Amino acid sequence: MREAAWQVPRIPVGDWFQAVVDWLQNNIGPFFDVVDALIKGVVEGLSDALQAPPAPVLIVLFAALGWWHRGWRFGVGSAVGFALIDGLDRFPSAMETLAQVLVAGVVAVVVAVPIGILAARNATVSRIVRPVLDFMQTLPAFVYLIPVIFFFSIGPVPGVVATVVFALPPGVRLTELGIRQVDPEMVEAGEAFGSPPRKILTEIQLPLALPTILAGVNQIIMLSLSMVVISGMVGAPGLGAEVYAAVTSLKLGAGFEAGLGVVVLAIYLDRLSSAQPERKDR
Amino acid sequence: MMPLVNVDPCSGPPRKVGSPLPTVRTEKLYKVFGRRAQEAVRRLENGTPRDELDLPGATAAVADASFEVRDGEIFVVMGLSGSGKSTLLRMLNGLLPATAGRVLVDDQDLTALSKSEVRQLRSRRMSMVFQHFALFPHRSVLDNTAYGLRVQGVPRDERTQRADEALRLVGLDGWGDRLPGQLSGGMRQRVGLARALAADTDILLMDEAFSALNPLIRREMQDELLQLQARLGKTIVFITHDLNEAMRLGDRIAMMRDGRIVQLGSANEILTSPADEHIARFVQDVDRSRVVTAGSVMRPPGKTLASSSGPRASIHTMRKLEVTEMFAVDPDGGLVGIVTMADAVAAAARGANTVTSAVSNGFAEVAADTRVSELFAPATEDRPIAVVDDRRHLLGVVTAAAILGGLAHTKEVSTDA
Repeated sequence: MREAAWQVPRIPVGDWFQAVVDWLQNNIGPFFDVVDALIKGVVEGLSDALQAPPAPVLIVLFAALGWWHRGWRFGVGSAVGFALIDGLDRFPSAMETLAQVLVAGVVAVVVAVPIGILAARNATVSRIVRPVLDFMQTLPAFVYLIPVIFFFSIGPVPGVVATVVFALPPGVRLTELGIRQVDPEMVEAGEAFGSPPRKILTEIQLPLALPTILAGVNQIIMLSLSMVVISGMVGAPGLGAEVYAAVTSLKLGAGFEAGLGVVVLAIYLDRLSSAQPERKDR
Repeated sequence: MMPLVNVDPCSGPPRKVGSPLPTVRTEKLYKVFGRRAQEAVRRLENGTPRDELDLPGATAAVADASFEVRDGEIFVVMGLSGSGKSTLLRMLNGLLPATAGRVLVDDQDLTALSKSEVRQLRSRRMSMVFQHFALFPHRSVLDNTAYGLRVQGVPRDERTQRADEALRLVGLDGWGDRLPGQLSGGMRQRVGLARALAADTDILLMDEAFSALNPLIRREMQDELLQLQARLGKTIVFITHDLNEAMRLGDRIAMMRDGRIVQLGSANEILTSPADEHIARFVQDVDRSRVVTAGSVMRPPGKTLASSSGPRASIHTMRKLEVTEMFAVDPDGGLVGIVTMADAVAAAARGANTVTSAVSNGFAEVAADTRVSELFAPATEDRPIAVVDDRRHLLGVVTAAAILGGLAHTKEVSTDA
């Protein structure tokens, strides 16, 4: 095989990875069970709640939310979009997907923002976090999807976990960036008047970094949606599963319809989450 | 300087009225950024210039800064960019920790305090005004102004009232509910000043506070600061790179170069006896007439006539001294007036007993700290200008030639007799 006089000896990274996964599975299995039950409960609860009322009620609700948030044009657009999903008979699947995206998004935000804050305040944390984030974003999703299936049962949970892993990095990055971009003179002003670091964070840095942090939240939501189909492959119900099923059985029409549903959800959530900073400025 | 009575009714912590102690004092203060800071300090202590340190990774900003800021004075630190003046200022309130040396506020060593004690000290004793204003864009002008009080934990009603007061002080009555973004640069810095005044600390640190403003507004703000200072009597440390500003505002000026204080003195002292070539060249372009005082260009008064001496004796004295006029003083040394040869001769012809009847007052009398710019008009009268103290004792005489000499900065002028 390799003929060189000297060669780098085979490094068994794969074996190590396998060993770590085995160890985790054998030793903190109960922990994963709890996480599994928790996420599953929340996702299914939310999903059920979204499917409980008749579709028209929800369509009106979504439209009203859009209207209140961005104005009547967006309200009307949302109504048309969700009516389209209902017309394609995919409203329940869309709600299942929405529930997963929202849960994954909330978990990612809750994890990402504090890490971003820490990274902004401490250069060492920042140096450690950055390559980890690169790793999370570039490692092909399937590579960690498989162990995630080992840890959790088939269903929505592995999808949510994989989505969190994939969607988290921009939230951390933009939070860190937002805080670091706050004019140092502002922070100095806080310090010069004797404000303690915690108050400087909550009263000066976070409010001033808010637009950037919200851009990060928006990115988290968008990346969560991009993971919908991959989640479908590991058993998460919803539009993603339908796309996956349609593609594997070459039902092009059905695949397109489900895909259209994802697009409508994506546009709706994007506009909804990126509207926030504009409102703040007014 | 100045009586130490605080005229501001709401002036925070009680001050040691009349205390001989300086308010802020530094002792051999050093700041080196980067690695091997202590090594760098050792070399700087031996007099190595800042840019010949030869220690990769260590950047010296301030070296061996020792000075006192006295209660109620405007102490200006003047230096070009990179001279270490802003770093020096930030060590005074602990925003930057000193690498070596001590900072004493009253007698408290700031470098020995814990972080929370330093914060306490800042919020109670020192406020800061920033070059680019550093107003919080997400808060109203009023909230910005009340910020220091909020940090101090003053209840809302009281801090609103005190912030309103501070805004009125800087002429921004009724602007409280605007956002800083809606204000012009000059107005924003007024808010910055109001924020510092509202915090009611007796020490004000001003970091190039007016440098970002256009020249007209800057001038206006300088005047206002001087007016406010006359009323409030704060202790102000003012950083600037603008020599004219330093000379206008500073009771005393510390000239900084390459991290070291090269000269410390009044504007007048720095102009008339610069410590070295650099400063001499640097102060060349200053409008000297606004800085140089009558006291520093005057000549000693020379001989005076006693107002009780007779006219003939006076004529004799003037002939002997080869002058045509002399100042006459009363037995207590107080200035009575001027006697010219012609008037003395006339008095002698009248048979007067003393020259008192020959005395006229056709000359200007000024105090020693009068700026030379105010002497131009009287100097054209072709009469000597008398420099007197507050008991009207004659301190010296200023002539048109002396003024020109003082402005041309020939060093001999001040010692020329």
